[in-house]
Amino acid sequence: MADTDGAQAPEHGHEGETRRDFLQLATGAFAAVGGAAVAWPFIQQMNPAADTLALATVEVDISAVEVGQAIKVKWRGVPVFIRHRTKAEIDAANAAKPGDLIDPEEDSARAKKPEWLILVGVCTHLGCIPLGTSQGETKGEFNGWFCPCHGSHYDTSGRIRKGPAPKNLPVPEYTFISDNVVKIG
Amino acid sequence: MSKFQKPAWLDNGLVRWVDHRLPIFTFMSHELYEYPTPRNLNYWWNFGSLAGIVLVIMIVTGITLAMHYTPHTALAFDSVERIMRDVNYGWLIRYIHMNGASMFFIVVYIHIFRGLYFGSYKAPREILWMLGVVILLLMMATAFMGYVLPWGQMSFWGATVITNLFSAIPWGIGDWIVTLLWGGFAVDNPTLNRFYSLHYLLPFVIVGVVVLHIWALHVHGSNNPIGIDTKGEQDVIPFHPYYTVKDMFGLGVFLIVFALFIFFAPNYMGHPDNYIPANALSTPAHIVPEWYFLPFYAILRAVPDNFIGGWTTEWLGFIIFEAKLAGVLAMFGAIAVLFVLPWLDRSPVRSSRFRPMYKWFFWIFAIDCVVLGYMGALPAEGIYIVIGRIATVYYFAHFLVIIPLLAKFEKTRELPKSISEPVLGGGGGGAAGAAAKPMEKA
Amino acid sequence: MNAIRTVLAAGVMALLVSPAQAAGGGAHAPEHHWSHSDLFGTFDQAALRRGAQVYKEVCSACHGLRLVAYRNLMEIGFSEGEVKAIAAEKEVPAEPNDEGEVEMRPAIPADKFVSPFPNENAARAANGGAYPPDLSLIVKARPGGADYIHALLTGYKEEPPAGVTVPDGMNYNEYFAGNMIAMAPPLFEDGVQFADGTKATVEQMSEDVTVFLAWAAEPELEERKRMGIKVILFLLVLTGLLYVVKRRIWADVH
Repeated sequence: MADTDGAQAPEHGHEGETRRDFLQLATGAFAAVGGAAVAWPFIQQMNPAADTLALATVEVDISAVEVGQAIKVKWRGVPVFIRHRTKAEIDAANAAKPGDLIDPEEDSARAKKPEWLILVGVCTHLGCIPLGTSQGETKGEFNGWFCPCHGSHYDTSGRIRKGPAPKNLPVPEYTFISDNVVKIG
Repeated sequence: MSKFQKPAWLDNGLVRWVDHRLPIFTFMSHELYEYPTPRNLNYWWNFGSLAGIVLVIMIVTGITLAMHYTPHTALAFDSVERIMRDVNYGWLIRYIHMNGASMFFIVVYIHIFRGLYFGSYKAPREILWMLGVVILLLMMATAFMGYVLPWGQMSFWGATVITNLFSAIPWGIGDWIVTLLWGGFAVDNPTLNRFYSLHYLLPFVIVGVVVLHIWALHVHGSNNPIGIDTKGEQDVIPFHPYYTVKDMFGLGVFLIVFALFIFFAPNYMGHPDNYIPANALSTPAHIVPEWYFLPFYAILRAVPDNFIGGWTTEWLGFIIFEAKLAGVLAMFGAIAVLFVLPWLDRSPVRSSRFRPMYKWFFWIFAIDCVVLGYMGALPAEGIYIVIGRIATVYYFAHFLVIIPLLAKFEKTRELPKSISEPVLGGGGGGAAGAAAKPMEKA
Repeated sequence: MNAIRTVLAAGVMALLVSPAQAAGGGAHAPEHHWSHSDLFGTFDQAALRRGAQVYKEVCSACHGLRLVAYRNLMEIGFSEGEVKAIAAEKEVPAEPNDEGEVEMRPAIPADKFVSPFPNENAARAANGGAYPPDLSLIVKARPGGADYIHALLTGYKEEPPAGVTVPDGMNYNEYFAGNMIAMAPPLFEDGVQFADGTKATVEQMSEDVTVFLAWAAEPELEERKRMGIKVILFLLVLTGLLYVVKRRIWADVH
């Protein structure tokens, strides 16, 4: 192929060239903006869809949960433990000293109403679901929850006490919309 | 002169380092930038690049749709509606994909007709042309299977009718093929699932054939409106910036048309029945394929049921073929005839600009295709059957009778000596007897 | 000559692409102006609300709307409280309890509209063998769209034309294919009490429920048209710029 050495044949005067270059620049910029606008929906479509977002919050009627009982509900694809704590359990949670705790946290910071403990039921070690919610399940050495996968023990505030888990069971965002109904998420 | 100007970035150090090890940059520069292209291409030459771009659009929208679609008979329809209602911009991506299929065929049909008009299929571009026909076939298979996926009434019944066609193949082979396609005793979940798999696969096969298609093109370069080979530098211009900018402008015009459909008439080219979930126990009043299949559908239905069965029975005393086989053969024959076109048309003149008789027949053929398309949409009753049959016979007559005869008997017009001659006035007048040879023998 | 050819080609394309209507006995639905059909179309919000009421009080007895979620009603002006209340009127199966039994729970906004019948067979059994179709997509699923639905709802005649006998259990409708429809006329004057005081004539209720159903079939319509205008304007400018650039670059070739 004829190898030109990059010399530009001067087709128009200097002013004409600048005008042409500006036009090409403007067109290019316009096209680039258009390209970005086109790309956006294809990225956004991977974000959660409307039906997924609709299940981002869940309202739970807790009127049937007796003192000392606990239930499991599904929220954003993971289990949430809701325990109606006894006075003994609340006192035990408050009695713990910061030195005893692997991940120090006050019980009052973890429960808006002391008798209702609401936790995301996923072990902070490697993601198994700890036992201790349903009737008959072992609660571990600290009377809270016990994860059978690698032996993490959680106390009556859901805090990690013994075992490989590094952090306390997470507390999800929640609000009491009435005495009987809590909205999670 | 419009010489190619080597862009500055090709001298960049990093570019040269990579290029020395994998000459991708000089390759791209050679094939996309410097590539000598006839200077006289008109806008009918935009449709090839448009087709390539639509292919990319279909693949990108298809892959994003595949993130949300479920290929199970109980869930497919609802998963598409979920895309339309709940997935962010799902309705947009779905409508782009749905209308993109129609646009793909519009663009490709125009591209093909351009080839027919200007003789782009003639030597030395026979393989280029045949690769194109392969792409058309792959597109038809892909579109057919894609239409089944939403699992609407037309999806299901279209699949049933077309897969049943294969049973026309005699001696039990046909039935075996149909069962293999269905994965069962009728179109059902196994069919849907395998169509999904193949619908995802075939576009990438198309990409491969398109690469071969462009490779074949670049060997001898593009044809041009006067159908005369380029003779030298005065006949060509570098692809960049001339045809890159022209293609971009053409793309802009195309996108406007595309956008008008997507945003303001997204269901115009579709069929309302496909918004009814598939029901194996209820056949729609009129089963119609998508518009781009209508001419072939008309040819399929045009052949009388006992066309082959009837006279072979008389002649041989037994039926060789199943009744519907002839229609199936005719339908595939309609495409097969495209394959052999370079050998049917022996006229040494490429472009219709210099073939006044052929030009007339080209337009009559185009009208015939439209008539066939119309007949495909109408029920096979009364006068429509007659028209469909005449149009079908004419379709084959155009290729098998008219074109060979024209090659022999047509008086073609005087050809100019070269491309640049009428434009730049160089090379003397193309008067008495000095007609240039339009193409060299292979 | 070339211009004529181009126009011909375009016209031919248009013909080829327009769907051939398969007539089947029903009269062609007259065109009706809908506010959402315009280029800059939006849904008539008041009509949507009234239409939702017509659907709920009249149609939902037999026809489902299973692709629409209760929360979608918030897009047409219902408040969260109203939507929760509307949803809670219906029951849906809950997750299996600890004994493995599936109890019923009140629907929440995230749930889809509850269909009146559990499946097609039950629907047919309750309607003399005829299946009242789900209405989520009915406007897109019928040639003629909203015009057809509206015509159908107002197309019942007291007396069929001379010489036409109406079989038992069927009703004469001018626009239904074959003219015999199993659905009895669903709309009666003042059948619904509209909250905004609009007189509930058959024509009014039919228009309103048709607009509601058009929304149910195409909830993205307003956003789609808004985006379309922006896209077309953008493309016109960009294509115009590209044309000028093309002409400038090609100036030395022509």
